[in-house]
Amino acid sequence: METRGTRIALGVWVALVLAFLYIPIAIICLYAFNSSNVQSWPIAGLSTKWFGPAIHNGDMQQALVLSLKAAGLATLTAVLLGSAAAFGVHRFKFFGREAISFLLVLPIALPGIITGMALNSYFVFWKINFGLWTVVIAHATFCVVVVYNNVIARLRRVPGSLTEASMDLGADGFQTFRYVTFPTISTALISGGLLAFALSFDEVIVTTFTVGASNTLPTWIFSEIQRGQELPQVNVVVFLIVLLTIIPVALAQRLTRESGILRTE
Amino acid sequence: MAAGLDTAEGLSREVGVRRRLGGALWRHPFLKGLAVLSPTVLAFTLVYVAALAALFVSAFWTVDAFTSQTIHHWTLDNFRQLRDSVTYRNVAVRTISIAGAVTLTDAIIAFPFAYFMARIATPRMRAALFVLVLLPLWASYIARIYSWKLILNSSGVLTWSLHKLGLPAPNVAYSNTATWVVFSYVWLPFMILPVYAALERIPHSYIEASRDLGARGFRTLRSVILPLALPGVVAGSIFTFSLTLGDYITPTLISGASGQFVGNVVADSALRGGNLPFAAAFAAVPVVVMGAYLLIARRLGAFDAL
Amino acid sequence: MTKRMWAFVATAAVGLAFPAAGITKQHGGTLNMIAWEGYTQPQWVKPFTKKTGCTVHAKYGGSSDEMVTLMRSGGGGQYDMVSASGDASLRLIYGKDVQVVDPSKIPDFKNFGKAFQSPPNNTVGGKHYGISLQWGPNTLLYNTKKVTPAPTSWGAIYDPKYRGKVTVPDNPIQIADAALYLMKTQPSLGIKDPYELNKTQFDAAIALLKKQKPLIKKYWGLASDEIDLFKNGDAVIGASWPYQTNTLIAAKAPVKDVVPKEGATGWLDTWMVSSKSKNLDCAYKWLGWISTPKVQAQQAIYFGETPVNSKACAIMDTLSKGSCAQYHANAPLQYFKQIHFWKTPIADCGNGQKNCMDYTKWQQAWTQLKG
Repeated sequence: METRGTRIALGVWVALVLAFLYIPIAIICLYAFNSSNVQSWPIAGLSTKWFGPAIHNGDMQQALVLSLKAAGLATLTAVLLGSAAAFGVHRFKFFGREAISFLLVLPIALPGIITGMALNSYFVFWKINFGLWTVVIAHATFCVVVVYNNVIARLRRVPGSLTEASMDLGADGFQTFRYVTFPTISTALISGGLLAFALSFDEVIVTTFTVGASNTLPTWIFSEIQRGQELPQVNVVVFLIVLLTIIPVALAQRLTRESGILRTE
Repeated sequence: MAAGLDTAEGLSREVGVRRRLGGALWRHPFLKGLAVLSPTVLAFTLVYVAALAALFVSAFWTVDAFTSQTIHHWTLDNFRQLRDSVTYRNVAVRTISIAGAVTLTDAIIAFPFAYFMARIATPRMRAALFVLVLLPLWASYIARIYSWKLILNSSGVLTWSLHKLGLPAPNVAYSNTATWVVFSYVWLPFMILPVYAALERIPHSYIEASRDLGARGFRTLRSVILPLALPGVVAGSIFTFSLTLGDYITPTLISGASGQFVGNVVADSALRGGNLPFAAAFAAVPVVVMGAYLLIARRLGAFDAL
Repeated sequence: MTKRMWAFVATAAVGLAFPAAGITKQHGGTLNMIAWEGYTQPQWVKPFTKKTGCTVHAKYGGSSDEMVTLMRSGGGGQYDMVSASGDASLRLIYGKDVQVVDPSKIPDFKNFGKAFQSPPNNTVGGKHYGISLQWGPNTLLYNTKKVTPAPTSWGAIYDPKYRGKVTVPDNPIQIADAALYLMKTQPSLGIKDPYELNKTQFDAAIALLKKQKPLIKKYWGLASDEIDLFKNGDAVIGASWPYQTNTLIAAKAPVKDVVPKEGATGWLDTWMVSSKSKNLDCAYKWLGWISTPKVQAQQAIYFGETPVNSKACAIMDTLSKGSCAQYHANAPLQYFKQIHFWKTPIADCGNGQKNCMDYTKWQQAWTQLKG
């Protein structure tokens, strides 16, 4: 339908945009192999000598563990709360339905610094110690909407007739959920969960206000960048993060491509 | 529909607690709705909304200059300071302008890309492009900003490349231009994905109908595709605008002495100046701006495109 | 359907396994401290940990404001110790953020120079709220290749010759540096103390800083920011600390520093202990360690400052010949009197008048200056 010229032009545009997106990432990954610890261009030489110190860096390991724990728990919370809310909003028509969507999108719509400051004051007021659980709560606030959106989009594609058919065949509410509803939304849950995990793992602004004296991996990277003393190690850590996140993203993609038991497209 | 429980058929099975509970919930959808919605709504209201409310209450307090202790004494001093000082107005205007520039830049870059993805690419190519757009979001936000710091500074890639081409050094490090470039770069995937989603949803029949009615390519683009893609653009713009308004990492690492942004004035006040009430007062600016923006966005149908 | 179920269970199991993984238990305590960059280097922290079993986690602060805010963050008690300068220490004391320490528990306290045992910035009402650490001047740092002839006056950072290549600290206390310059170059203003400024004097200092603003490349927030700027060639001259000079020279950058003829502002640091700290055992061990002559000498040479322990001088010369004299550790008092140490500006001008600008005005003016 589009002219051949347009197609080619658009193809070139896509290639340029992809280059724009990836060249900075490629550069920072290249710096991971920089044999010198001076961060200038061109690179002095290639070497893997920073990999050892980076992986054995105790502070980095502690930050990594905290990040993984927080992301795992926040994702779990988000999956439970987000899918529950999605069910409620999808199935029932009531006054204030749109208000719930609005409420859940607030943490992402409002600047992170506001969420951060608000939760910080809140935790101080209730004398809650800063650490893993304050980070989990903070991350859960913006992870819920991600799962919620995914699940509700999937629920909209699932015809209500399936649930009714299941009931007609004698299943009670819980059985229907387990054998009919859950399988249809499971991939939406997983991809929403993976996206929530990614958001939580990478978040830095809200985390700064709620982590106290500890560090998650992104706050560790931020403070190391500012300190400027262990930059080669930071480059290595970044390179490893990029490498290790290709797998979950590809996985999430494969899962959302299938539309479950409905092939209406 | 609920026949299973009260008929002979239902009685032939054991009527356990689970079935009774299931039945009760089916018969009283209100209870089911309540059970399903209340954890989330309660959690959000009691934690998040309460925290937000407390933050804005604190905007009416002040701190003691010497000890940084909060004085719980109601006053409009913070807002008066915002109103009277030209600086904060400039900071707000500068931030909103950059946010607008970034949104526009990203919309222009994203649209052809999303168009290709939605309408020209084969399904396999589309899946691959989708992953390729999503991947940078996973590559550590901090690192992506830091990489631009390395690229833009006087001994970095940009200066070296231009030097090789015989061009003068751009001296763009630590400037508003650098800030604009980095923001546009970091938020680009957030704009591409909603625009793609919106474009993908346009049924092919619409395009055919438009052609049948005599419109050539450009006319179709202008009158059919763009209006239908607009909600996607607006949805993407919510991200680019909001994320730019509140960000302080990029201004801290990238921008220079040419001026501050709302993000770093608020962060400096809270994290370095020990003055949370003033930070809260100034933070009202992006909230008000985003509130207005969200209302307009909702009107333009962006929430359905999210 | 079962396959997908298993995939979900597997993912959930993996997701839940992470919270179950724990960090190895640490022996001894952990000290979370807020420190200036260069104050917690491995060369004296590693032996400390080995000897006492206490691990040290340092968060760097770039300014006294930041340190006070960090000490108070999260309701206080997030950090155990802080290396506070004179413009932070009294704020922490009056804000009840730090606790009284007992100098008799520090063996080297008796070796401190008399002026450093109970200075007014950490001793109030006879009670010691910390142990003095080290002190030094804020210096003028310049690139020897790009800045010729070698500058001798603070006027160099106000000179349009270096437009776009100047850097100064992002810190409201920097106004005192401008006031110090005016003190010597415009005596008609009558500035006696760069921290006690009435409205006219304050406005003059701000006007000078406004004239300087177009020359500034970036206001540096952390010492490493300034190091980056000089390494990359984005800045060639600026206000600095000896730490930056030492680090840049170690990285073979062509720089030098100088204390200009107008004199300098400076810092006098104290290690203080949070009033909510639970790690008093490790805290006192650190206070004792950091006051020993060897560690005082190591830190003095590394950072480029002057130790308070009079026994450190001899060791400094064995570690780096001539360093004792270079950093004035042998004749401190004369040099000490030339530095205008950081202190928090208050309304009380100290001469019966109460019309000096207090610190809130300094902070506001600084934010407005940056624009």
